[in-house]
Amino acid sequence: MADQTQKTKQGGGDAGSATSSDAGGQKKLAKKGEELKEEMDNLIDEIDEVLEANAEEFVKNYVQRGGE
Amino acid sequence: MPLPSVLGSEIEYGITVQGDPDFDPISSCVLLVNAYQDNEEARILWDYEQENPLADARGFHVEGEKYTPNQQENIARNKTLRNGARFYVDHAHPEYSTPEVTNVRDLIAYERAGERTMEAARRAAPALLPSGQTVLIHKNNSDRKGNSYGNHENYLIERCTPFREIVEHMTPFLITRNVFCGAGKAGSENRAQPCEYQISQRADFFETEVALDTMVKRPIINTRDEPHADREKYRRFHVIIGDSNLSEVSTYLRVGVTAIVLGLVEDGAIPKSLSVNDPVKVVKEVSHDLACKRQYALERGGRMTAVEIQKEYLENALRYFSSRSLDPITKDVLARWERVLGQLAEDPFQLDREVDWVIKHKLISSYMQRHKVDWHHPQVHMLDLQYHDIRPDKGLYYVLERRGEVDRIVDPDAIERAVRTPPSDTRAYFRGECIRRYPDEVFGVNWDSISFNVGDEPIKRILMNEPLKGTRAHVEELLDASPTARVLVRNLTAS
Repeated sequence: MADQTQKTKQGGGDAGSATSSDAGGQKKLAKKGEELKEEMDNLIDEIDEVLEANAEEFVKNYVQRGGE
Repeated sequence: MPLPSVLGSEIEYGITVQGDPDFDPISSCVLLVNAYQDNEEARILWDYEQENPLADARGFHVEGEKYTPNQQENIARNKTLRNGARFYVDHAHPEYSTPEVTNVRDLIAYERAGERTMEAARRAAPALLPSGQTVLIHKNNSDRKGNSYGNHENYLIERCTPFREIVEHMTPFLITRNVFCGAGKAGSENRAQPCEYQISQRADFFETEVALDTMVKRPIINTRDEPHADREKYRRFHVIIGDSNLSEVSTYLRVGVTAIVLGLVEDGAIPKSLSVNDPVKVVKEVSHDLACKRQYALERGGRMTAVEIQKEYLENALRYFSSRSLDPITKDVLARWERVLGQLAEDPFQLDREVDWVIKHKLISSYMQRHKVDWHHPQVHMLDLQYHDIRPDKGLYYVLERRGEVDRIVDPDAIERAVRTPPSDTRAYFRGECIRRYPDEVFGVNWDSISFNVGDEPIKRILMNEPLKGTRAHVEELLDASPTARVLVRNLTAS
């Protein structure tokens, strides 16, 4: 299927339209990238809110006995 | 037997009390277990007479003392729940053993019901604590200071399977499966090679190939021979090398695939041994190789990566099942295993919605990038720990789950049901229903027995040697016809 699309493009399309469609694709990709970055920023914001405040002390004091 | 049909898990959780300078883990665990409200009227003993943890699968008994607490201490440390599970104090950890189930989807539902039980107990605990103190619980396996606690899987298999074949075929499988079910850990401990991040929480703690121990010199293959069922017919294969997973997909593969491979061993369907040289060393090397590209020398010659070793087990399974009918869950586990192995061979980091160690790695990496910190920063270690926190609002895995950033296997309603009701298709149904219906007449419980105190008569112990008997189909009518345990016992002994 992908191959067929490729061939049609090479055979029938003019250079101009191919370029604009590539640019459209890149724009889409960039937009998708921005969305992902925003989602990740959003997530890290939430993590910052819930993360234990005294990390150093908390981690230092977290001692368990061996089990099983 | 094509597949082990009875499964269960036992998970020890990390516990700490914030604001308590004299924190004592054992008394905190007792407090936690007693804070949980499951069945007010029940005062049920755990029946230690039925236990024999010192029997070794290689055919001998180890010298040692069996633990038997007095009656009051016994009741304070053990709660058998209406869903057939056991919620109890094991050494210095709260532990949740799922009821016996027949498939991996139910196992996940009951394991996650365990997380909710721990959280409900945690929320109820402050009523019993001085103000300003908060109990925190983590579903993890290490404190990163050299102390580890376990997640033990249980698979019922046929006694006639020779134990040496289990050792031969399960060792290479168990030391390589962490590629899809490690829970991830920043750093190393227990004198292991230093690293920034590794695949497994537990790999640093495995020091020998085959033994009965669980607390020191931990073995890849544990030999405890305590089937909790008819010993003539069954073994319980006890796997102690796994990490506790938050990701449902990792649990699904860890338990689902292990059950499949055990089925192959039972039916002699692994024609070529995949034994590797020095498995104790390999389990640690697999854990440190985040790219999953390192090759290991096989005893039969040649070298393979952990993913390639898993792929050969997969090929054996596909060949075995090509001429047999498949249940839908096994079919789905096989398909998922195949797809995940393909992705691991290509680039493990694509599995950031499915595999625990990758999900956690992505979270920590994104955080490090934003805050310009490295792997040694205390906040990174905090992220590593808080990923396993079981508070729904604070646990970082739960944050990801709520935001839809991870894949699920089980419907949340099924988890909620599992908190309160037993599985209908194993003896756990009989156990759980007796506790629900006759709370003040149940005297003691173990996996393979239940005993009743029916007034002035001697204690009546009912044995349940067959894990697939005592199901809803077998006993619901009998229970409905027995308004009290006294009548139940009479009906049972009359038939």
